[in-house]
Amino acid sequence: MDFKSTQTIYRQIENWVFEQILSGAWKPGERAKSVRELAVAFEVNPNTVMRSYERLQNQEIITNKRGIGFFVNEDAPEKIHAIRKKEFMEEEVPEFLKNMRLLGITMEEIMAVSN
Amino acid sequence: MIQLNNVEFGYDKNRKLFNGVNWQLEPGHLYGLLGRNGAGKTTLLKIMTGLLFPQAGDALIDGEPAHKRTAQQLSDIYFLQEEIYVPHLKIKQFEEAFAPFYPHFSHEQFVEYLTKMEMDNMLGFIDKFSHATNGLDIPTKSIFRKIMAAYADEQKTVIISTHQVRDLHSLIDAVSILDNGRMILNAPGDVITDKLLFDVDDQKAQAGKLYYSEETPRGIYQVKENVNHIDSALDLELLFNAAVQNKQEFTELFK
Repeated sequence: MDFKSTQTIYRQIENWVFEQILSGAWKPGERAKSVRELAVAFEVNPNTVMRSYERLQNQEIITNKRGIGFFVNEDAPEKIHAIRKKEFMEEEVPEFLKNMRLLGITMEEIMAVSN
Repeated sequence: MIQLNNVEFGYDKNRKLFNGVNWQLEPGHLYGLLGRNGAGKTTLLKIMTGLLFPQAGDALIDGEPAHKRTAQQLSDIYFLQEEIYVPHLKIKQFEEAFAPFYPHFSHEQFVEYLTKMEMDNMLGFIDKFSHATNGLDIPTKSIFRKIMAAYADEQKTVIISTHQVRDLHSLIDAVSILDNGRMILNAPGDVITDKLLFDVDDQKAQAGKLYYSEETPRGIYQVKENVNHIDSALDLELLFNAAVQNKQEFTELFK
């Protein structure tokens, strides 16, 4: 992963975990990789991974079982879907519409492409 | 915890290098100590480890003056200098000679790190491998970062003094900037990004104070006041340049 983009490292790791769960690499009910494992894999400070994991916990994607580790919640894929959809609607769609207006592209043209 | 209170020091009686340095280091962080050449980074580390004595003020390790150099203190710290003396010993002999000084030493970890560094022949001579940290080649830099990520935990305080911030920015989670005999910034990364916004844009900041900007073909890189509490990625080079240009403001901002 390249950390040169302006997105913070902990958000990039959070998105990476989203992808692991959506792709099925991390399955609901299974144990998530430990903070240290991810820190080593990404070559980042463990505190940074911890911050991602805290956010994932707050979003109810993973749960910390004391003394055992983090586990992927049963409904994690649905939750991520909802979060991704919200982000898409709130961030990407306005940008897309702005560019459409800027370039004078009509909805009909877009529909033609999507078909 | 490591604490420097109003430390004064100078190699020359008439010219003080430090005129009251305050610095507090909490366990669980990996600090990047930044400063220009001659700012006194190495001197400060030598004071912290009891190799130089403060002329006024205190340097404390867990509440005890560093210059006492008790066996307890020395067994808890390790200072890896730029130029290190490596005896002509086999790795196994080196371990046998030095490990007894460090009660927390772990043979398993030692072997693990050596293996990662591809120098696990315990009968090989250690001075053959003594590349200074600056001379790490590309694959070894990555291995070094992995070892540091595995090593850091909530009980350890790690300080890395370096100009190679691009190699280490993902590991450093607290920043200390030494300039003109003073610590002008000492804060965890999340506190810094809470107060400052690192951005690249077509135009200079409209809202909030602009602390630093740099025009490049990719846009204007800037450090500005984080008025809208936006999360941005901390850029150590921009932070350093912003800090030395805004010493007074930054001292206030990160009090």
